[in-house]
Amino acid sequence: MSERKIRVMVAKPGLDGHDRGARVLARCFRDAGFEVIYTGCHQTPEQVAAAAIQEDVDLVGLSCLSGAHRVLFPRVVELLREKNASDIIVIGGGIIPEQDFQMLYDAGIQAIFTPGASLDSIVDWIRANVPPRA
Amino acid sequence: MYFSDETLKASRRLSENWQAEVGEALKTAPDRKSRFSTVSDLDIQRLYTPEDMKTTEFARDIGAPGEFPYLRGNQATGYRGRLWTFRMFSGMGTAQDTNTRWHMLLRQGQTGLSTAFDFPTLMGYDSDSPRALGEVGKCGVAIDTLEDFLALVDGIPLDQVTTSMTINPPATVLWAMYCAAADVKGVPLEKIGGTIQNDMLKEFIAQKTFMCPPEPSVKLISDTVEFGAKYVPRWNPISISGYHIREAGATAVQELAFTLRDGIEYVEDVLRRKRLDVDDFAPRLSFFFNAHIDFFEEIAKMRAARRMWAKIMRDRFGAKNPRSLWLRFHTQTAGCSLTAQQPYNNVVRTAVEALAAVLGGTQSLHTNSLDEVLCLPSDHAVEVALRTQQILAEETGVANTIDPLAGSYFVETLTNEIEAQAWDYIEKIDAMGGMVAAIEKGFPQLEIADAAYKFQRQIDAAEKVMVGVNKYVTDHQQILPLVEIDESVGEEQIRRLKDIRRRRDNRAVAQSLADIRAACRNGNNVMPFCIAAVKNLATEQEICDVYRDVYGEYRDPGLF
Repeated sequence: MSERKIRVMVAKPGLDGHDRGARVLARCFRDAGFEVIYTGCHQTPEQVAAAAIQEDVDLVGLSCLSGAHRVLFPRVVELLREKNASDIIVIGGGIIPEQDFQMLYDAGIQAIFTPGASLDSIVDWIRANVPPRA
Repeated sequence: MYFSDETLKASRRLSENWQAEVGEALKTAPDRKSRFSTVSDLDIQRLYTPEDMKTTEFARDIGAPGEFPYLRGNQATGYRGRLWTFRMFSGMGTAQDTNTRWHMLLRQGQTGLSTAFDFPTLMGYDSDSPRALGEVGKCGVAIDTLEDFLALVDGIPLDQVTTSMTINPPATVLWAMYCAAADVKGVPLEKIGGTIQNDMLKEFIAQKTFMCPPEPSVKLISDTVEFGAKYVPRWNPISISGYHIREAGATAVQELAFTLRDGIEYVEDVLRRKRLDVDDFAPRLSFFFNAHIDFFEEIAKMRAARRMWAKIMRDRFGAKNPRSLWLRFHTQTAGCSLTAQQPYNNVVRTAVEALAAVLGGTQSLHTNSLDEVLCLPSDHAVEVALRTQQILAEETGVANTIDPLAGSYFVETLTNEIEAQAWDYIEKIDAMGGMVAAIEKGFPQLEIADAAYKFQRQIDAAEKVMVGVNKYVTDHQQILPLVEIDESVGEEQIRRLKDIRRRRDNRAVAQSLADIRAACRNGNNVMPFCIAAVKNLATEQEICDVYRDVYGEYRDPGLF
């Protein structure tokens, strides 16, 4: 019996258009055999949460390089919780200073990948942390 | 022919001997790697000789500085007459915060200003828009009205210092504020000089700061080109930019080709829409390139750019004025080449990239600060970056003679190769019906995505090296003090904006917005109406909302 493919959404909340990392990752996830949805730039946290639920994804990867992650990332987790979708794993990446990590973990972001993280390390993390669904 | 038959014959004979020696040497000591290539993945030969330049014609292809094809520079005197402009991109927090940084930079010997706006300003939203949540003052300065703008340029002599503004969809609005500020300070429009980036095609291709669809976006740009040609003769109404295309992951060839093809699109649009001759506006078109880490590739790219643009303007558009043929450009060192790991190494990278820009003949230069990969640059880091340019200019001797790498077998061959590959792309895009059509197909976006993905895979496989990332990695961290913008900046900005909305003449604002709407609908030039509107303290978003309403909004198709 074949397992259901892991469904991942790569999302760019906020106004920043630095999407090189997000798009490289989207392509990498596709090559890794995941089903990938990419939101494109300029999404509000509300749009991200709604799309994640509608697309029934296992995981949302948020990318932000503008410094707005401290406000936007926790807001996405909060909205998913409000909509009873806290089973969706949220991870984040971008220009995120280490001093912000704890605050983001506390807000429910499960992993943070910053510049220098290899593509494979991110794929491995997802495989290890997304529980299989039939 | 560049070399005589005699030289070519000798070169061939010597090369054969050398090849044999290489063959012997490789038997005992193989090369360090199987393939040598640029950061853009162009193959590089072991040796370049006169034979690589055998089709080059000296007068036709190389020539003299200040003469067609301008390979060796636009100015007959090179940097001896005038150095490049030291122009550090800066902006953060409130207008007052940025004004303070500007005065600091001018005291340190900077010769031009360059403005970084925050994301809400870049995207045409006011600071109190729900879309601005968490972003106000973060990546640049927050500007909502003319009052902010006057605070930004406080104490800056607008008739002496040129200012560049990195602003795209709302470029008409910010330029209108600059014109209005000049008026308030009693400086006539013909005396102000500077640049608005105002290049929307590269936004759809790469940087993703967009508002309206491509076609009306280009129309607004043509309005600025026309307004500048008629009333603001020292202003560059557009900076046709490869920088962001490169940062998004493009190769040097893609950066060059897409940028020049964007330039062609803008020229065609102005000629189609406006009653202007090409020589009326072409001299004020300016460019902006990236200086990436691969030294010779960048120099070759910049030299090729000058030669190609001269041919495009002369042969494709029939320009007569030599200034129309000049490709004048600003350069920024490559943000994407910097590393968060071992950040002090970034000073070295930036210095090498800046040197490439100078040897490529740039007119103006921003050098990145070592901490820009982590946060907004600190005063100290900015000073080191500015001093990097000043050391190149004053100590190293590289500005003593014009285009010192001309005639290098390698550099000339690489210049030819990059040019040839760029023409192939331009022909391909012509065949698609132009750049707007190519963008609608997703062509440049996906070409860049391919290159970015390939590069990342090469880094992960250590086929290409980034020091501190995939080689020479250390555990110990170099700790930098990080600049942070406090959330109170946004609160203060919003308070000020609400106050302005209360005390301005709201009927006058409504009338001036209606005038802009009418201009959009009738296809008239919006610039005079924008200047009137900002003088009445219309906000940036109020004007941009008119554009959104009339022209529609563009959404990121999310290609990957």
